[in-house]
Amino acid sequence: MASTITTPVEGSTGAPPPAQRMRNRPAWASQHLGTALIGAVGGYAFGHWIGNVIAAGYTVPQSNGQNDVAVVLGLSLGALGYLIGIGAFNYPIAKMFGREPLPEVAEEGWQRFFRFNLDHKVVGMQYVIVSLLFLFTGGLLAMAIRTELLNPTNHIFGAGTYIAVVGEHGTIMMMMASSVVIGPLGNWLVPLMIGSRRMAFPRVEATSVWLFSAGYLVILTALPLGGFPTGWTGYAPLQNQSTAGMDSYLVGFAIIGMGMILAGLNLGATIINYRAPGMTWGRVPIFVWSVLATTALLVFATPTLVVAGLFGVLDRTALTAFYVNEHGGSSFLWENLFWFFGHPEVYIMALPGFGIVGEILPVFSRRPLFAYKVGAAGMLGVALLSFFVWQHHLFQSGINPDMRPLFMLTTELISIPTGFIFLVGLGTLWKARIRFEPPMLFALAVYFNFLIGGVTGVFLSDVPVNVTVHGSFFVLAHFHYTIMGGLIFAFFGGLYYWLPKMTGKTLNRKLAIWHFWIMFIFFNLTFFPMFIIGLLGQPRRVFEYATRLQGLNDFSSVSAYILGSSFLIFAFNFVWSIYIDPKRAESNPWGSRGLEWQVPTPVPHYNFERLPVVVADPYRYDEPDQGVADFGTFGDPALSPGAAPGERVPHGHVQSSDDSGDFDPRPPII
Amino acid sequence: MATAAPSAPQGGNSHDLRTIATIWVVLSIVGDLAFWFLAGPHIPPGRMSDQARGAQFDFNVLFVIALPVVILVWTYLGFAVIRWRASRPNADEAPVIVPPRTALRIQTSWIAITSVVVIGLFGFGTYELIAPAGAGGGEGPTPIWKPNTKTILPIQVIGQQWMWTYRYPSFGGFETTQLMVPKNTEIAFHVTSLDVVHDFWAYQLGVKADANPNEDDVAYVKPEQLGRFTVRCDELCGLWHGAMYSYGHVVAPTAFYHWATTTEQKLAANTKTLPPFAWTYTPGANGASGSLYPSNVDPYSKSSLYGSSTVKVKQYGASAAQS
Repeated sequence: MASTITTPVEGSTGAPPPAQRMRNRPAWASQHLGTALIGAVGGYAFGHWIGNVIAAGYTVPQSNGQNDVAVVLGLSLGALGYLIGIGAFNYPIAKMFGREPLPEVAEEGWQRFFRFNLDHKVVGMQYVIVSLLFLFTGGLLAMAIRTELLNPTNHIFGAGTYIAVVGEHGTIMMMMASSVVIGPLGNWLVPLMIGSRRMAFPRVEATSVWLFSAGYLVILTALPLGGFPTGWTGYAPLQNQSTAGMDSYLVGFAIIGMGMILAGLNLGATIINYRAPGMTWGRVPIFVWSVLATTALLVFATPTLVVAGLFGVLDRTALTAFYVNEHGGSSFLWENLFWFFGHPEVYIMALPGFGIVGEILPVFSRRPLFAYKVGAAGMLGVALLSFFVWQHHLFQSGINPDMRPLFMLTTELISIPTGFIFLVGLGTLWKARIRFEPPMLFALAVYFNFLIGGVTGVFLSDVPVNVTVHGSFFVLAHFHYTIMGGLIFAFFGGLYYWLPKMTGKTLNRKLAIWHFWIMFIFFNLTFFPMFIIGLLGQPRRVFEYATRLQGLNDFSSVSAYILGSSFLIFAFNFVWSIYIDPKRAESNPWGSRGLEWQVPTPVPHYNFERLPVVVADPYRYDEPDQGVADFGTFGDPALSPGAAPGERVPHGHVQSSDDSGDFDPRPPII
Repeated sequence: MATAAPSAPQGGNSHDLRTIATIWVVLSIVGDLAFWFLAGPHIPPGRMSDQARGAQFDFNVLFVIALPVVILVWTYLGFAVIRWRASRPNADEAPVIVPPRTALRIQTSWIAITSVVVIGLFGFGTYELIAPAGAGGGEGPTPIWKPNTKTILPIQVIGQQWMWTYRYPSFGGFETTQLMVPKNTEIAFHVTSLDVVHDFWAYQLGVKADANPNEDDVAYVKPEQLGRFTVRCDELCGLWHGAMYSYGHVVAPTAFYHWATTTEQKLAANTKTLPPFAWTYTPGANGASGSLYPSNVDPYSKSSLYGSSTVKVKQYGASAAQS
C-alpha cells in the first residue's frame, strides 16, 4: 500500500494540459492572496451585518458596544471568505456539482507562493514566510512588554493596552510555535526524507497553511477590537467578562487548531503510507519520527482546543453556560479542556525541535546517530505521556487534592524519555569530529538551553516547590527556555541547515555565526534573570512590580533588546543572501547522507525521477562505502550520497536494487 | 591531554572519560556545597512558616540533585567542543565507534539511572507534600492532608477585582482588608472569589491557592516568625492584576486575639449588612459573566448552588489564642 502513487497531479512534464487556460487569465482574475484578502473583507462585512441583524439589541456594555454575535460571525465568515478567495474549495465544489475540476498546474516564479499550491515544497516555503511573520510580530510585542517593565511604577502603556499586548504576544507566539517546525520544515522535508514524490493529501496540506495564515489575520484583529485581558491561557470567567477582542482569540485559536489538525492528518498519513521501498521503520530519519509523534499529538489533542473555543464562543454569544459557575457550568471545565490541549501542545512544539537536532548532530560530527531506537522510542514516549500531565498546570487551583501526587509522578516520568533525547545527542558527540557550522552551533545551544528548561521543569513539577514558583516569572523563564531555547534555536538551526536546499542559495556564514552568538548569549542573559525575578516573588503578566526588582528587570529588558536585534541579522541575511546577492548552493553542501540532500537543487517538481529504493539508514557516517539509496540514476555526480566537502567520494556507493535483498520487492513506480 | 594515545582508541576513551568524570565530580561537589551552605538558607520563600521552610528545603534538595546533572551535560558538551572538534590534530583517524554491547550497556544504565532518580523525586515530593499538610497549596473544598491539631483558625480570603478582603468566621464573620495571622497557630485559608479566578499568594508564608468563584479552596499554614508578608494575586484577573497586592502581618497570638475582638466590635454594624458568612458566595451579577446572564440574585450573596455547605465554625477562643 505504501508509496502507491497512482494518479499524480497532471502536468509535471510534457505539453501544458488544457487546464493551463485557467492560469492564463490576467493576474487580477486568477486566485491569489489578493482575492483571498478581498474574500476575507467581504466575508467579515457580511458576517458582521448578519450578526447585527439576527442579534439586534444584543449589544452589552461590557463589550465596548460591540455585538459579540456580529464579531464572531464576521471573523468566521471572513476566514471562510479568505479560503474561498484563495481557491481552497474549488476542487470539492466542482466535484460536488459533478464537474471535472481543473487540474493543478506546476507553477514557477514567485507568484506560486501567493497561491493555493499543491506542491509540498511551495507549501513549506509559505509556512516559512507566515511563521516568520508570526515570530517577528510576537517579537515586537515582546519588546513592548520589556519596555513597559523597565520601570516598576512609571508606565508607558495604560493597564488595558499592556494587558492586551501581553495576551497578544503570548497567543501569537503559541500559535507560531505550534506550527513553526512542523509547518515549514515538516511539510518541506518529510516527503523528501521518506522518499515520496508527494504528500498523501496535497489539498489538505495546502488548506492547512492558508488556515494558518487566516489565523494570523484573525488574531491580529484582537488589537483593534480592544484586545483580550486573559493572556494566552484565556481563563474562563474573565473570558466571559472580556470585550470583543476575546472573540478574535477564540475564533483565531479554533482556526489555527483546524489547520493543525489537517496538517497532522496529512503528515501522519504521508509518513505511514508513502515511504519509499526499503524505507523501513528502522531507517526512517529521526526528524520523521519526531514529526510522526507530533502528528499524533496534533490529531488527538488539538480537537479539544477547537471544542473548548467553541464552548467559549457559545457562552459569549448564545448565552450557554459551559464556563459560568452560577448557572451550572464550571470555570474548571475551561482550565481542564485548555490544558488537556495545552500540555500536548508544549510537546507539539518541542518534539520537532529535537528531531531537527537529531538530524544536524550526525552530519556535523561525522558520527552515526547514537541510540537511534531509544531516541525514537523517547519521542513516542514523550508524546504518549504528554496526554497525562495536564493537571500540573492546576496544582494550586483547588483540584481534587489527591490528583496532585499522581500528576507530579506523570510529569516527572516525562523527563525519562526526554532524557533519551539527551542520550542520543551526547552519545553522538562521543569522540566526534565536530564542525562548527551555524546549524551545529544552534543544535548544541538547544542542548545547553533545553537542559536548563528541563531541569527547572522538575522544580515546577514538585508540588511544594510549585507553591512558590507557580505563576511567577520562574515559570515564564522555564517555558521560554524550553520553547525559545529549544524550539526556536532548533528552528533557526534547521533553517540554516536546510535553506540552501530549499532556496538553492547559500546563506552568509559570517552573519549566521554573528546571529547565533548574539542570540545565544542574550537569550540567556534575558531569561536567566527571570528565574531569580520569579523566585523573588514577581507574578507573571504584572505591569507593576516591587521596586527592589527593578535592577534585574532592567537587565533583562536591555538584553531582550539585543536579543531582538539579533533577529534583524537573520532577516538581513535571509533577504541579502536569497534575493539581493544570491550565491548558488551546492546540492549537498554539508555532506549529509540524508535522502533529501541526494536530489538536485532546486528540487524537481516531483522530488524523485522515480522512487528511490532505500538501502540503509541515513546516519552511517562510519561506513563511507555504504550507499543510502538506489535512485536509478547511475553516474550522476549531483546525486552522490553524503561526503563532507573534500572527503573521498566512494565509488560503488549506489547499490543496485536488483541485488539488494532487504528492501520491499514492490515494483518500481513510474 | 596530549597523552591521549591516538592509535589506541580504547585507551583514549577511558582517558577522556576519566577527565570528564573528574571535572564533573569536582565541580559538582564544590557547586553543591557552595549552594547548600551559602545560598540555601536565603532561598525564597524563606522560613516564615512551617510550609515555607518545607518549600525552601525542597527547593534546595532539588537544586543539589539538579546541579550535578546540569554540570555533567555542560562538562561533556564543553569537553566535546574543545577536544573533539574537527580541526584538532589527528581528527582524521579511523572513527571511534562505540561497540554495540557497550552502547547497549550505556543505554540501559542511562534509562535505569534516570528512572531511579525520577521515582526518588516523586517519593520525596509526595512526602514533602503530605507531611506539612498540603505544603501550603490550595487543596480544594475537601482537603485530605490536614494539620494534626484541633485548633485551626479559619480565615476566609475573598478575591475580587482587584483587591483582597478577609472574613474571620471565628469572630462573628467581620470583613476587613487587613490580614492578621497569629504566630504558631494552624491557619486554614479558605480562598474564594466573587468574580473571576484569582490566586492568593502569601509569598513569605509559602501559601498559594486559586480563588475560584463558587469554590472554597483550602490551604493550611503555620506561621513561625513574626513580621510582614506580601500578598499578591498570581492569576491573571484583568486590568489591574498587577496592582492587586497588599501586605499581611504575623503577630503574637495575644495581639491577634486583641486585634480580632476589637475589630469585631468596631465593625459590628458593618457586619450586619454583609451576607451571612458562607464558604462560597454567588459571583456578582455584574461581575464575571459580564451581565450577559439574567440573574435574580444579589451580587455577593450567600451561594445556594454548587459548593455551598453548612457552615460550622468552631469558636476560636481566648484559650486557643494563648496556647
